[in-house]
Amino acid sequence: MDSTYIFLQHYWWFLVSLLGALLVFLLFVQGGNSLLFLLGRTEQERSLLVNSTGRKWEFTFTTLVTFGGAFFASFPLFYSTSFGGAYWLWMIILFSFVLQAVSYEFQSKLGNLLGKRTYQYFLVLNGLVGPLLLGTAVATFFNGSNFIVSKGNLTDQMMPVISQWANNWHGLDALLDLYNLILGIAVFFLARILGNLYFINNIRNDELIGRCRRQLRVDAVLFLFFFLWFVIRTLLKDGFAVDPTSGAVFMEPYKYFNNLIEMPYLLVLFLIGVVGVLYGIGKSIFCNTYTRGIWFAGIGTVLTVLALLLTVGYNNTAYYPSLVDAQSSLTIANSCSSEFTLKTMTYVSILVPFVLAYIVYAWRAIDRKPITMEELENDGHKY
Amino acid sequence: MLETIDTSMIDWARAQFALTAIYHWLFVPLTLGLAVVMGIMETLYVTTGNEFWKRTAKFWMKLFGINFAIGVATGLILEFQFGTNWSNYSWFVGDIFGAPLAIEGILAFFMEATFVAVMFFGWNKVSKKFHLASTWLTGLGATISAWWILVANSWMQYPVGMEFNPETMRNEMVDFMAVAFSPVAVMKFLHTVLSSWIVGAAFVVGVSAWYLLRKREKELALASIRVAACVGLFAALVTAATGDKSAYQVAQVQPMKLAVMEGLYDGGTNQPLTVVGPIKIPQMLSFLATREASGYVPGINNILNGGYEQPDGSVALSAEEKIVRGKKAISALADFRSAKQSGDEAAAAEALQTIEENMPYFGYGYIKDTATLVPHVGTMFWAFRVMVGLGMYFIAFFALILFLSYKKRLGEINWLHYVALWTIPLAYIASHAGWIVAEVGRQPWTIQDMLPVNAAVSKLEAGSVQTTFFIFLVMFTLLLIAEIGIMVKAIKKGAE
Repeated sequence: MDSTYIFLQHYWWFLVSLLGALLVFLLFVQGGNSLLFLLGRTEQERSLLVNSTGRKWEFTFTTLVTFGGAFFASFPLFYSTSFGGAYWLWMIILFSFVLQAVSYEFQSKLGNLLGKRTYQYFLVLNGLVGPLLLGTAVATFFNGSNFIVSKGNLTDQMMPVISQWANNWHGLDALLDLYNLILGIAVFFLARILGNLYFINNIRNDELIGRCRRQLRVDAVLFLFFFLWFVIRTLLKDGFAVDPTSGAVFMEPYKYFNNLIEMPYLLVLFLIGVVGVLYGIGKSIFCNTYTRGIWFAGIGTVLTVLALLLTVGYNNTAYYPSLVDAQSSLTIANSCSSEFTLKTMTYVSILVPFVLAYIVYAWRAIDRKPITMEELENDGHKY
Repeated sequence: MLETIDTSMIDWARAQFALTAIYHWLFVPLTLGLAVVMGIMETLYVTTGNEFWKRTAKFWMKLFGINFAIGVATGLILEFQFGTNWSNYSWFVGDIFGAPLAIEGILAFFMEATFVAVMFFGWNKVSKKFHLASTWLTGLGATISAWWILVANSWMQYPVGMEFNPETMRNEMVDFMAVAFSPVAVMKFLHTVLSSWIVGAAFVVGVSAWYLLRKREKELALASIRVAACVGLFAALVTAATGDKSAYQVAQVQPMKLAVMEGLYDGGTNQPLTVVGPIKIPQMLSFLATREASGYVPGINNILNGGYEQPDGSVALSAEEKIVRGKKAISALADFRSAKQSGDEAAAAEALQTIEENMPYFGYGYIKDTATLVPHVGTMFWAFRVMVGLGMYFIAFFALILFLSYKKRLGEINWLHYVALWTIPLAYIASHAGWIVAEVGRQPWTIQDMLPVNAAVSKLEAGSVQTTFFIFLVMFTLLLIAEIGIMVKAIKKGAE
């Protein structure tokens, strides 16, 4: 395989991982929504919370869609194997996001059929299910799934399907693995931490923000417990390694730990990310006037998730391992698009910084003033 | 026992995709069309400084917002369904098909999501000009998104710019420009987006006519009608012109689709165009399909039996012959793989040659019965006539509205207000009829001649897909009822 192709595979794994990392950060919308009834005791307070995340939900949604599109374009075998196989896992995630998408716009409108409370429950449901199942799905990158890939099936005119799930659970089997669930729970509490920090930054209401800061402590303790459990166990366990010459997949003791040691820049990235998250949380808990925790914790989240996803994809590692047939496992080399397509897409990706720049510009323009009850009443588009 | 694909699962997977696409397309055309109308109104506000245009633009933006979120929600499902329900498709052509979807996300969705937020929440926070730019950029984002998804759809109808790679068992892109700017994609984009402007214009004219009937919001209604009728007439004319070009392209690249659109079983030269029943226009079909009044148009039986001369001068193979050659390509592919595994390069080269000779018919190898190569004639025949008939009606409708608006007589003619109100559902019907022609007409192919639906699906149980189908049906229907309820209340409330 030529070096350009290898570079392009790594470059696109980086981009997909970056989108995944940004998505986890943007799950502050879901985390915030999961706290809707816990933090918002009155209709007015809930209105502040809903309008706060309601101005950002489209970024989370768009990142999810782009993450899917980029994964499809760069690693189509993952798209066909995971989405077609872990059918129910992905479908439940999608159902919850569909309900979320309409719930902002519909909840306060006359004639909305289901009533305000129902749409608010939809937001809470998405806030619980979205981060939990997305975290569980990502955990399968480390812990494996039950599928078989056999490209030769294409020549079977009766049953030409290449990727098959090895059981009828179709992705719900991921929930039977304790360590998948642990990462799911960790991502759920991380999303709540980010939701709290975002409210602290975005809303001006002393009572509500006081509650956010108290809630932050609870979520932080639970997040750290589950996150450290997952990370320590992952670093100590055997990982799915690939022989670069034969492409054969085999179990290597301490594979993910070794990856961090062999790619020290990822270890540094990971540690900076974790410190950023802890600093954002800590300062927001101990300093009652501090409102910028979301930026430290947010950037920290992006760096941590990015480091984890690169660890599982780089250094001859199978990023989507199969438990039933190790040789069916997906690697960035065996599941990617052709060199031509990756190269073409790379030219398009040059526009990404431009896209990020206008997002930042528009975001700042909208968030120039924090949300207050008065601001909401004067705004033409209140949810 | 030999493992086979559950045929009822294929039907459920198709039903689910059709359901999602139909629901998605209830919302997208209004987004595309209203964006233009709102953009023009806000431009009038910024250039004239007249607060009336701001109020008018904000009113239509409110309705835009109600429609927008549900369009986004249904779109998410469509993208992921390529993977969840059409996993073999995703691998077989993902190298080509994934790129437009990724570019759509990077270039279009972020533009739409970013600036729609400024459009809704930025009135008191950003300058007038920045806000105006945001409104147009929201519409531009939606339009760029339409470009890439229609590039993807056109590629399925007319696959270009790729080569089959037997080593990786998939098609791979070799010419991005051929994919991104295929003539079928260009025409489909113009036809689809401009026809969406018709939906937006019909919606604005219809809602405004309701105000005139109720003797409310007269100034807003008359001004909105003027703007929307201009957009509608322009769009209806371009839609008709691009429709003609599209039909010509269909004749060249999907002759079976054209034959079923016309219900033409036995074709020939000098073919008339059937309007309805016995009413026919002599030689018109030949002219539309070949640009010559005496041109040869193959019918369904001709295409199945082969033997006629094709536009490129070659003689058409029969469906049976194509199936034989498709099976030959598939079995040569199996030979190629085993030769490669055993290191027999000579045998691999021989198999490769057989693959290359028969590759244009590869998909036919999965066809079990030639009857499945014929899409449903009745559905196609009537869907096409509904689309074209309504297309003609829209030209007349918007021309009349515009004329009466210019003569300042629009406020007086009550019956026309009712007609305008009923034109709203007609615009949706025409738009959906168009998609039925495009999609039902290419069955059984997910990719024309290359991959039929039975070789494109995921390996799932029918029960799973059936369950998700009904979940989507209930969910989307409830949300649609809610959306219509909210829209009606918002219209009744009027501008603020």
